[in-house]
Amino acid sequence: MNVFLLIIQDVAVIAVVAAIIWSILRFCRSERWQRALRRFYGDWLGVAMLVVISIYFVVGISDLVRLPVKDPSGRFVSLLDVCFRDVAVEKNFSAPLAHTTYSLNGAEPLKGRHLFGTDQLGKDVLKQTMKGCSTAMLIGTLTSLIYIPIGIILGIVAGYYKGWVDDVIQYVYSVIASIPGILLLIALLMVLGKGVLQISFVLGITGWIGLCRLLRGETLKQSERVYCEAARALGQSNINIIFRHILPNVMHLVLISFILGFSGIVLTESVLSYLGVGMPIGTPSWGVMIDSARMELSRDPMVWWNIGAATGALFFLVISLNLLGDSLRRAFDPKAA
Amino acid sequence: MNPETPLLSIKDLFIRFETENGDIDAVKGISFDVQAGETLAIVGESGSGKSVTALSLTRLIPEPPARYVSGEILLNGKDVLKMSPRELRAIRGSQIAYIFQEPSTSLNPVFTIRNQIAETIRLHRPDVKNVNEEIIKWLDLVGIVEPEKRMWDYPHQLSGGMQQRAMIAMALSCQPVLLVADEPTTALDVTIQAQIMTQLRELKSRLKMSIILITHNFGIVGDIADRIAVMFRGKIVEYGETKSILANPQHPYTKALIECIPQLGAGKKRLTTIDHASLPS
Amino acid sequence: MFSYIIRRILYSVPILFGVIVITFVLFYVVHPPHSVALQMLGPKAKPEAIQNWLHNRGYDKPMFINTQAGRSLFDSQLCHHIKSLALFDLGKSLKTNEPIIDMFKRGAIPSLCITVPAFFLGITMAILAALFLVFVRESLLDVTGTILCVVSMSIPPMVYVIFGQWLFATQWSYFPAFGFIPGGFSMARFLALPICIMAFAGIGSDIRMYRAIFLEEARSDYVRTAYAKGLSARRVLLVHVFKNGMISLITLVVASLPLLIMGSLIIEDFFGIPGLGNLMINATRSADFTVIMAEVYVGSLLFLFGLLLTDICYAIADPRIRLK
Repeated sequence: MNVFLLIIQDVAVIAVVAAIIWSILRFCRSERWQRALRRFYGDWLGVAMLVVISIYFVVGISDLVRLPVKDPSGRFVSLLDVCFRDVAVEKNFSAPLAHTTYSLNGAEPLKGRHLFGTDQLGKDVLKQTMKGCSTAMLIGTLTSLIYIPIGIILGIVAGYYKGWVDDVIQYVYSVIASIPGILLLIALLMVLGKGVLQISFVLGITGWIGLCRLLRGETLKQSERVYCEAARALGQSNINIIFRHILPNVMHLVLISFILGFSGIVLTESVLSYLGVGMPIGTPSWGVMIDSARMELSRDPMVWWNIGAATGALFFLVISLNLLGDSLRRAFDPKAA
Repeated sequence: MNPETPLLSIKDLFIRFETENGDIDAVKGISFDVQAGETLAIVGESGSGKSVTALSLTRLIPEPPARYVSGEILLNGKDVLKMSPRELRAIRGSQIAYIFQEPSTSLNPVFTIRNQIAETIRLHRPDVKNVNEEIIKWLDLVGIVEPEKRMWDYPHQLSGGMQQRAMIAMALSCQPVLLVADEPTTALDVTIQAQIMTQLRELKSRLKMSIILITHNFGIVGDIADRIAVMFRGKIVEYGETKSILANPQHPYTKALIECIPQLGAGKKRLTTIDHASLPS
Repeated sequence: MFSYIIRRILYSVPILFGVIVITFVLFYVVHPPHSVALQMLGPKAKPEAIQNWLHNRGYDKPMFINTQAGRSLFDSQLCHHIKSLALFDLGKSLKTNEPIIDMFKRGAIPSLCITVPAFFLGITMAILAALFLVFVRESLLDVTGTILCVVSMSIPPMVYVIFGQWLFATQWSYFPAFGFIPGGFSMARFLALPICIMAFAGIGSDIRMYRAIFLEEARSDYVRTAYAKGLSARRVLLVHVFKNGMISLITLVVASLPLLIMGSLIIEDFFGIPGLGNLMINATRSADFTVIMAEVYVGSLLFLFGLLLTDICYAIADPRIRLK
């Protein structure tokens, strides 16, 4: 991969991040979002979770942004690699903060201290966990970029135009929804193969259903209300009504869906990788780490830090996203929560 | 019991709602009495505090966010606000019974009428041997035709008027000394309204019980109420005998409310509304 | 109500058709008959041999509809596929050549032995916990309980399995770690741990859902009437709120009943239970596409059946619908 592609990839990452931040700021100007923001600031749990997620986000980005410097194996280094530059690769397992490798006999001295120990190949577990973070962030964002536009478009169109358009869209999502999720994902991944793009694509084209249903219901309600009739009476075109009136009024649902959906995506990816259909072995992914570490707990002596780090990282991300999602729900609609 | 002691006596009742958006004083120091066998109508618009007053008689309002800041609710001399939960449960239904505004949602949709009435009879009158017979008697008393068949129906199978009659039967089945009717006819058709009010009048003279009638409609109180209390923004602004208030209202708000009653054949072009700005606060 | 059921069945047919088409297309994308033929006959096979092989198995027919002159419109691969599905012929395994329907029959019982007890155990615990949380609502217990539920939801499912097995089987040796011997009560030893783990893993999200349902019912007018009658909080909750809440709950619960046959992929894989979940995992690992597609089809069939069951149960349980 040459420097040119590298720059494109870096710019793409920064562009996506900027786009997300820009769109959130833009919606913040609306009245409903201002009120919700005020309520949200008072919810210390929600704000704390936002901070935690931001940390994950920064760590994830640091591994996605690459510099035009190559490391010994020929890959471009990322910002994360630069931070971990001084961390050595050992020969075998070692416990957190230990001085020697982890075995009953033949313990050899380590090149350096490792905060979370090392895995079977001697790699630093903390570094692997952080790299797993970038995989999770990447898959989550790519999947969201796929399923959110589909869900918004199909949901609003179904709810607004009703009639046969609604029937067709309902038929499509009923068919997809009838296939038990994990089975469908496995089947599609067998067809497409393993990898980040494949997983994101598969999760994306099956994940829009929930958002679509939600927005369809909400659009049905909104389009009955008087302000839509008034807009129609004033001669506004349908597209205008959708973009100016309905879309801003449902964006908060999209935001909450995005947050809660992100946690679902991360969990599902870990389950798929664990089952062997997700990421290829060797890629830094928490699911892969848990899979390889499966038997480590029953080793003698027991190796717990590998699976502990991956589970811990996964758990804290998912629970932060869940609590943040709840917090946002309460902020936007205190009565319904 | 001393005939002079009123059945129910409210003294300086003050109820406040503490919410995260601030405190709201729903009832600001009201006092009134209800004698045995007497009907009191509490009239006012939405937000005047009349429903809160009615529900407070047996502390039916959830206690956060509501708070009884001060005052007394004396039922036969005993203060309700100082009763233990068990004593409260004993007076609910057997001494003070309620009927509510929306009978379709106030009755449990998954139990038959018979089961719901039987539940309260078994609770407060365990000595009744034949519960079904008792239920038929009460359903008949409130004017439900073929009560022995109707009692096996579910609430959604009855019309609005019949549902309200069933609720009245349920309230009366334990022979309370006081019936609190919170806007009993607001959700019903005008013609059914008249039927229910007639039924209540009949029951009142038959059973000689006290009634507190909560309503925003001055038009229905004339025939049934002995005394009227007019509430406005948490306070009682006028209190006295029905005849004298209707003939000679003192407070501007009362006058305005009475003027709002539509008169048949009055030839007016516009309905009168109440101008809140001009009323003393 | 009868016409209602008929309508629901008719509505499921086009959806099932859609599922069949999707699995059919997916299968043929992964496994074009031509490459199977090459595999079977060797790379040096002559084109005529390949044609023959394809013709004998009907693989040379058109995919979706047959528009050739002199042939029936429905003489196509898709229609033959549908015909065999209707006759419960799910095809043969690519690896072992065994009829898949037989594999399903074998695998159903072990899966059910785990999923059914786990299901009922999980639901009972979840309903009791949800009722308790509603009883103590807005207190510290309620908040703690809700947070515990979120914690439980956030732990990845395989961690429950790995940790559970490590803790109870390896560390404390209460249960055997692995294996399955069918038949009789000795089976219970092997099943107790997977059943408990499966029940506990899903409990968090269930409790939250049921709590929301019961809370919604507790806000109804009829609850106020019940209190006004002098009933205790316990009776109001356990009789009035519970019965109404259960009607909503049924729609959630019954829908997943038929899918219990499919088994849990993670648990069966980890504990070595030879059920339908394990069948899927092995098929994934050995790229046995016919089995994968058969599982997808059966899964959808069961799901649609579950939806139908839900509608029927709902119509029976809710007097507002039953007595129209």
